[in-house]
Amino acid sequence: MYGPKVKLRFFFILLILSILTLTVFLVLKSLEENVVYFKSPSDVKLMTELKNKKIRIGGMVKKNSIAMSTNEVNFIITDFKNEINVIYSGVVPNLFSEGKGVVAEGFLKDRNFFQASKILAKHDENYMPPEVKAALK
Amino acid sequence: MIYSSIGYYALIIGLAISLPIFFFSIINLRNNEILDIKIISFSFIQLLLVVISFLGLIVSFVLSDFSNETVFNNSHTTKPLFYKISGTWGNHEGSLLLWLLVLTLFIFVFLITSKNLLKNYRILTVLFQQIIIIGFFFFLLDSSNPFNQMFPIPNEGLGLNPILQDPALAIHPPILYLGYVGSSVIFSSVLAATSLNFISKTWAAHIKKWVLISWIFLTLGILLGSIWAYYELGWGGFWFWDPVENVSLMPWLALTTLLHCILVLEKRSTLKSWVIILSITTFTLSMSGTFLVRSGILNSVHTFASDPERGLFILSFLFILIFISLFVFFAFHKSDKKEIILFSLFSKETSILVNNWLMMYFLSVVLIGTTYPIFLDVISSEQISVGPPFYHKLIIPFLIPFLIFMAMGSQLRWIKSELNKKIYLIFFLIISFLISYLILKNFGNNHLINTVLIGSAFYLFLITIRDFLKEKKQNLSQNLSHFGFSMLILSILFNNIFSSEVITNLKVGETFKNEKFKIEFNDLKKFKEENYVSFKGYFLIEGNRSREKLEPELRVYNQPNIITSEADIKTTLLSDKFITINTVQNEEYFNVRYQIKPFMLWIWISVLLISLGGCVSLFRKKSL
Repeated sequence: MYGPKVKLRFFFILLILSILTLTVFLVLKSLEENVVYFKSPSDVKLMTELKNKKIRIGGMVKKNSIAMSTNEVNFIITDFKNEINVIYSGVVPNLFSEGKGVVAEGFLKDRNFFQASKILAKHDENYMPPEVKAALK
Repeated sequence: MIYSSIGYYALIIGLAISLPIFFFSIINLRNNEILDIKIISFSFIQLLLVVISFLGLIVSFVLSDFSNETVFNNSHTTKPLFYKISGTWGNHEGSLLLWLLVLTLFIFVFLITSKNLLKNYRILTVLFQQIIIIGFFFFLLDSSNPFNQMFPIPNEGLGLNPILQDPALAIHPPILYLGYVGSSVIFSSVLAATSLNFISKTWAAHIKKWVLISWIFLTLGILLGSIWAYYELGWGGFWFWDPVENVSLMPWLALTTLLHCILVLEKRSTLKSWVIILSITTFTLSMSGTFLVRSGILNSVHTFASDPERGLFILSFLFILIFISLFVFFAFHKSDKKEIILFSLFSKETSILVNNWLMMYFLSVVLIGTTYPIFLDVISSEQISVGPPFYHKLIIPFLIPFLIFMAMGSQLRWIKSELNKKIYLIFFLIISFLISYLILKNFGNNHLINTVLIGSAFYLFLITIRDFLKEKKQNLSQNLSHFGFSMLILSILFNNIFSSEVITNLKVGETFKNEKFKIEFNDLKKFKEENYVSFKGYFLIEGNRSREKLEPELRVYNQPNIITSEADIKTTLLSDKFITINTVQNEEYFNVRYQIKPFMLWIWISVLLISLGGCVSLFRKKSL
C-alpha cells in the first residue's frame, strides 16, 4: 500500500511525537513536584490543610524577636496582621536584621512554627523582594 | 560636568551617524561596485563617538562628578579608584552603554575582517546590525540615559553596592557582554546570509570565528560570575540555578549547539535550518537575558533595584527583532530537497544531531524553570519559585547518553563508520563503569545513578585521553574542550558527593566539637580600611590529620552602610576549606559555617580547559 520510505517516515514522526509527549509529561510532572509556593503569614493562617511540602514564607522580621543559641536562630516573621515563628539552623544572610524584609524557605511544623532550611539573601538594602511587598499589602 | 555633556552629545551624534550608514548602504546595495568605503568610515566614526561617550562616563566616575545622576547613584568619593572605574558598568545605564560600545565595535571589526566575502552580504549584515544599534541608542537616550544631570549638585554619592566591589565582578560584565553581543554579529550575519541564500561552506568557515569568539567570552564570563558567587555570596556553592544565572546559561547552551552545527555545515553542508534558527535563538536569549535581569520581572537573589518601564522597551524591541528574523527565515530560506545528504546511524552526524537535541532539551528545561514562575504570577498571581531539584531531576539522567554520545561521536567518521574497528569503544565503556563502581564502593556511596553517571563521565575522560596519546594534534581543540567537559562533570559530581559542612553559632572564645572537626573561635580584631571597617575572626580548625588557621572577615562599608561577609578559603589541589561568619544585630553569637569542598579548583580548571579548546580552534590556521 505505502512504500518503505513513507513507512519509515511515518515511524520517525511517531517516534518523535511519542518522545515529545513523554518529555512534556516528565517536565510538567517534576515541575509540579518541585515548585515552591510563596505564602505570607496570613496565608498560612488561612490554609485549610497543612501539606508536607516545601514553601517560602515572606514578611518582616519582627522587632526584638531574634534569639540565637549554639544551634539555632529563632525569629518571628510578621506581615503586621499575623505572624509565624521561624526556627533555623544555618547562616543568615548579611542583610538579615530586625525590621527588614525576609524570605524563609522550609517546612511548616504547624500553623505557628516554621522550620526553615534556607533564608534568602537580597543584595541591596533598599530593595524589597516583590513578594514581600505583596505580602505586606 | 563637561565630560558628561561630551558623553551625552557624542551619543546623540552617534545615533545620527546611523542615517548616512543606512543611506550609503542602500545605495551601495543596488549598484554592482565594490563596497563603498564610506560605510566603513561612518561605522568607524560611530564607534569613535560611542567610545568617547563611554570614556566621558568613565572620567565622570573617576572624578566623582555627582552632577551626573548615574555617578551619584553608584559612586562615592572614598571608593578605591579601581572600583570607581568598574562602577561605570556595574549599573544599568553604564552596562547598556557598554553593550552599545561592543555592538559598534564588533560590526566595525566585522567589516574590516570580511573583505573576501560577498559585497551585498557585508552590507546587509551592517544594516541588520544597525537596526539593533539604533534600538540600543534609543533605549539609552530615552529611558536609561547615563548622563542625566542632577541639580543641585550633591556633595556625596550613594556608593556602589559593596558585594560588587570585587575584582572578579569588575571584569565579569565586560567579558560576559563580549559573549552576549558577539551573538548579535552572528544574528545579523545569518539574516543577511539567509536573505542572499548564502548559507554555505564558505559562510560557515567565516562565521565560525565569530561563534568561537562569543562562545569563549560567554564561557569565561559565566566562569567569572560563578567564581564570584562562590567566594562572595558565602554559600560555598558555585551554581544556584538562580534565574539570573540561568539566563546566561541559556545562550551558552544555544551557542554551544550552534558551534557544533556550524562545524557540520562547514564540513558537510547540511543542518542549514538548524544554524539559522540557533543563531536567532542565541541572540534572542542574550537580549532577553539583559531584559530579564534589568526589568525586575525575575525574582532573584541577584536582582538589584530596577525599573519595569525599561523592561517594556526591551521586550517590544525584542519582539520586533524576532518578527524580522522570522520573516527573513520564512520568506528567504528555501530548504532545497536535493541537498539532503544521507548519513547512516553510525556516523559523526548522528551523534552531533542526537546531542543537539539533548542540548535543546536542556535549554528548554532551563527556560521552563526560569520563566514558569513569571507566567504563573501573571495568570494566577500565585507566587512560586522553582528550586534546584527540578533542574537536577530533569537534567542529570540525560547527561548519561549525552556523555556517551559525546565520547563516541568524536570516534566516528562522517557519513558512515566501519564498526568492526571500533571494539575498543565497548572495551573502554566497560572499564569506565568498573572504575566508577570501585571508587563509589570504596567510599560507601552506592547509588546506581551516581555509578552510571560517573561511569559515563569517565568514559569521555578516557576516550579523550586516548585521543591525546594516539592522534597527537589532530582535533586538539575538540579534544581539549571535551576533556574539560568530562572533568567538569566529574569534579561537580565528586564535589557534590563528598562535600561536608558544619553550621554553628559561636561566641568569641568558644569551641565547637563534633566527631569530625573541632572549631575554635579564638579572636576577633578590628581593622580600619579605606571605605570599610573590617572585623576579622581568627579560627583554628582541627580535623582528622589537618590543622587549619582560617580568618574570615565581616566588612562594614561606610556608604552604602552594608555588612558583607568575606569568606576565607584555603585552596589545595584536592579540596577547598571554606569558612564564613556572619553577625546578627545585638547578638553575641556569630553564625559560623565551615565547609570542605573537594575538587573545587578542578571545576574552575575544567571550564578554563573547555574555553581553551575554543581558543585553539580559533587560532589554528587550517581547521581539520
